[in-house]
Amino acid sequence: MQNLQLLFQAPVFNVQLFLDGLFIGAIFALAAFGMALVWGVMNIINVAQGEFVMLGGFITLLVVQAGLSPLLGIPAAALALFVLGWLLYRLVIWRIVDGDMFISLLATFGISIMMQQLMNEIFGADVRTAESGLGVWYLFDGMVTVTQIKVAAFALSIVIGLLLWLFLKNARLGQAIRATAQNARAARILGVDTDRVYAATYAINAALCGAAGALVVMAWSIHPYMGLPYTLRSFMIVIIAGLGNLAGVIAAGLGLGVAEQFAGFLLGAEFQLAFVFLLLVAVLVGRQISLARKRQYLK
Amino acid sequence: MSTRTAGIIAYAALFAIGLFGPWLFPAHLSQFSKLWLFMVLALSWDLLGGQTGYNSFGNIMFFGIGMYASAVLQVGLIYPVADYTAAKGGGTEFVFSAQQIYAGLALGVPFGGLVAMLAAVVFGALLLGMRGHYFAIATLGLAVATAELAAGWDYIGAGSGMIAPPLPNDIDGTRLFYYLSFALAMLTIAFLAWLYATRFRLAINAIRDDEDKAEALGHYTVRNKMAAWAISALFTGLAGAIYGNLSRFIDPHDIAFNAEVGVWMILMAILGGMGTLWGPVIGAIVFFISKELFWTYLLGWQRVALGALIVVIVVFFPEGIVGWVKNRWPRLFAPPTEEDSPRQPDNGGEAAHA
Amino acid sequence: MLHRRQILMASVAAAALLLAGATAQAEDCTITLGAAVSLTGKYSTNGKHTKNGYDLAIKVINDKGGVKVGGKTCKLAVKYYDDESTPARGAALAERLIQQDGVKFMLGPYSSGLTKAIAPITEKFKVPMVEANGASRSLFTKGYKYLFAVLSTSEQYLQSAIALAAENADKMGKKPNQMTVALAIENDPFSQDIRAGVMDDAKKYGMKIVIDDKLPKELNDMSTTLTKVKALKPDILIVSGHAKGAATAVRQIAEMRVDVPVVAMTHCDSAKIIKKFGDKAEYTLCASQWAPTLKYADDYFGSAADFAKLFEKTYGYAPPYQAAESAAAVLVYKAAFERAGALDPARVRDALAATDMMTFYGRVKFDETGKNVAKPMVLYQVLKGKYVVVAPSKWAEAKAVIPRPKWSERK
Repeated sequence: MQNLQLLFQAPVFNVQLFLDGLFIGAIFALAAFGMALVWGVMNIINVAQGEFVMLGGFITLLVVQAGLSPLLGIPAAALALFVLGWLLYRLVIWRIVDGDMFISLLATFGISIMMQQLMNEIFGADVRTAESGLGVWYLFDGMVTVTQIKVAAFALSIVIGLLLWLFLKNARLGQAIRATAQNARAARILGVDTDRVYAATYAINAALCGAAGALVVMAWSIHPYMGLPYTLRSFMIVIIAGLGNLAGVIAAGLGLGVAEQFAGFLLGAEFQLAFVFLLLVAVLVGRQISLARKRQYLK
Repeated sequence: MSTRTAGIIAYAALFAIGLFGPWLFPAHLSQFSKLWLFMVLALSWDLLGGQTGYNSFGNIMFFGIGMYASAVLQVGLIYPVADYTAAKGGGTEFVFSAQQIYAGLALGVPFGGLVAMLAAVVFGALLLGMRGHYFAIATLGLAVATAELAAGWDYIGAGSGMIAPPLPNDIDGTRLFYYLSFALAMLTIAFLAWLYATRFRLAINAIRDDEDKAEALGHYTVRNKMAAWAISALFTGLAGAIYGNLSRFIDPHDIAFNAEVGVWMILMAILGGMGTLWGPVIGAIVFFISKELFWTYLLGWQRVALGALIVVIVVFFPEGIVGWVKNRWPRLFAPPTEEDSPRQPDNGGEAAHA
Repeated sequence: MLHRRQILMASVAAAALLLAGATAQAEDCTITLGAAVSLTGKYSTNGKHTKNGYDLAIKVINDKGGVKVGGKTCKLAVKYYDDESTPARGAALAERLIQQDGVKFMLGPYSSGLTKAIAPITEKFKVPMVEANGASRSLFTKGYKYLFAVLSTSEQYLQSAIALAAENADKMGKKPNQMTVALAIENDPFSQDIRAGVMDDAKKYGMKIVIDDKLPKELNDMSTTLTKVKALKPDILIVSGHAKGAATAVRQIAEMRVDVPVVAMTHCDSAKIIKKFGDKAEYTLCASQWAPTLKYADDYFGSAADFAKLFEKTYGYAPPYQAAESAAAVLVYKAAFERAGALDPARVRDALAATDMMTFYGRVKFDETGKNVAKPMVLYQVLKGKYVVVAPSKWAEAKAVIPRPKWSERK
């Protein structure tokens, strides 16, 4: 309660929490775009989502090691992850596209623990960061700090979301992806190479996560075992927003980020994650109850 | 040889091996204790996942709830729990006599199971209306939240964890907990064999195959789902209660609510064959042994190997060992398994599977 | 009963034969120490430091002629397993080392949580364990007979930081009992023990705890806690969360320009905060078990500085104290083997209990609970890009700068 009073006495801290929430939420949204895409088009829940984010971060570190600006890590990570996503599709994922979603959960879990330990072996388990070289803005007499890289991350997430939306709407491949999502069989009959569509979808997902990872390593930090929280939050955002709703994903991502910051502030850091997941369960139960009135269920 | 006889023979073999375990593999007793408990986890997960068609990703919460409930009762019978946990597992002042330990176990372990079962009934009322992956994710969310709450709750030691009541010198803990684990595994198999021979199995299989039709046919689907989950939670909770004592140290994230063990129980069931009685048993044995081998011989790469194994299992053998053997050699009753155990598991109890 | 023992004996004998067979041509004998360390998982950074410390000490001892036990010269070796930073794994591996690999002497894992999980096992089998990375004081209240720790226990970590803050209270225009403390401490057994120690010390001076956040283990963002710190303006901020916690805190405190007169942490050197964050790390107080500038010395590594040099040459980075104390644990074992004159666990245990020796890491002398009571903790401050010892006064190279300059007053 003391914490709550604080927010009323010094409202400026609301601004800090709100902004921090937006920034971290934008990253969640970026990872969640990809998850929504893969989920909607391929009916796969990709548990390795957080590991793709981590890989994006490590690629950025390689870029830094090569003496280049970490900002170049964003396209580099996206590109590298695109290739990796494509390869993974050709190796494993294509076998599980038509299967039970449950199988996909477990298969991608297997991929995720492989990646964790591989990165541990290659890069070590240290917490790593990259300095973006961007500065910090101090507002309200230094009471509120805004890191420029976080603002850049925020803006970039929104821009990438818009680009993705335009791509799905107008590009030939984007249209094929949407057609496959609606009805894969019909799309196949009409001449869409659904296999290629799936590969592209999965690779785009990986690329989005890679870009997110590049931003994470500059604005926060990465290490080989950081993936799960990102995966779980992506899940949540997609569930709240629903599939095929990019604007909803952005809104849910930002909302989740802000809710988390306030929960951490008010309840203490130890209950931040518990809050997030109870919220998830509450959202699901709430939707279930409202559906049950119509004799429907969440499926 | 009927499948029923085969099942009885397999059970008897398992029983004999387990009973003489302390003489057959004295150096591996605690590993085998864990194997028995993992078997229980796989079997009880399969009751809901394989038989009822509800894939829970959150059954690990019953494991943790059972573990903490049992430990709290075992300690609470003798000392105030808050003092015990505040002392970070207790100094020398928290001493338990042999009698107190036995009494604590006799009351604590069933208590752990019952609390887990109660939790399943409460959560079931909220979650069992969901289907498919929504159910899976809701259970996962609940499990993570439970773990976080346990890690923040000072009464049970919060992030510092809790130590199971220390054993006095005259108790051979390894052997005691081995037999407890073994007894629980045998009880679980026997109970499920009985349960799967009743009409209850047909009722929950009907839910799995088509819940709407089952409902239309007049089945009490809600009641049956709830019963399946509650039984599953009961056995998982019992396993947790014993596991806490076996491992001596209860950590909220790494032992009680270990998300990875939550996935393993599912993998064991899939590996052996979901929706069968002996599948989870075989799956547990094969999985456990390969895991131990990876951790011994592939130091630093064990998870890469395990991850690859998982991918191979779910991608190429989604039917599990039992299912694969059945498809491959439909006439065979006693298929060999990959592991080098002397026992010959078979798919007894399988015939009823429609 | 006989049957069981026979099998046990047979398997031990077989293991011994195997070992002997592998090494018989080369030398007299090999003493294999067992260790489960975190090569992967959340503690693997420090797990690696631990392993490197063990390996370096073993190499040096073997190069200098090995261990002389009862007329024979033995080489040392370590059998490692990866406990993946989880206690359950650690306990299982300890059993495997003792029962299946026939290891008779154990080295400790990294972290208190793991040590807590393993100690009951070594105790049960009456196998001595010399550990260098489990500092929880609750480890030493259980009456363990086979556990020996070369390091200082958790309640001492930040004792001198709180004391320093209290001494300098007047510079902030306060009395010690008017000071307020903010705690941001990871929610794991070791860090929570540090918290208990700090709470006790704060109570002693009558300081008030105004923030008490338990950080989650996947922490990579402390901004909510730091926002609270900005709002409540405590005089002391304590951060403990292994390497991850130190790195996150240093970065975000600078970014958010959190002005707190005293900021004290643990695990600064294993997080490499100076190398990673440069100026941002300036004025941070860091608890450390050991520092290369201390004037300790022994026959194997020479002085503390020599150890640091050798370590850096071998592994390419300056040794954090986790590596130093791990190396010291091996030295303690070596001395105990020689004094025991036999490789019998019971005799080695007694020799260990009687240890009183000087090492490059400091003096090692165990009390009856097995903890080292002869070596103090030191407190560094980061000054001009270097770790400078500021407490205890016996080892202090400079006076601590308290309060830290405000961020706005820095260049």
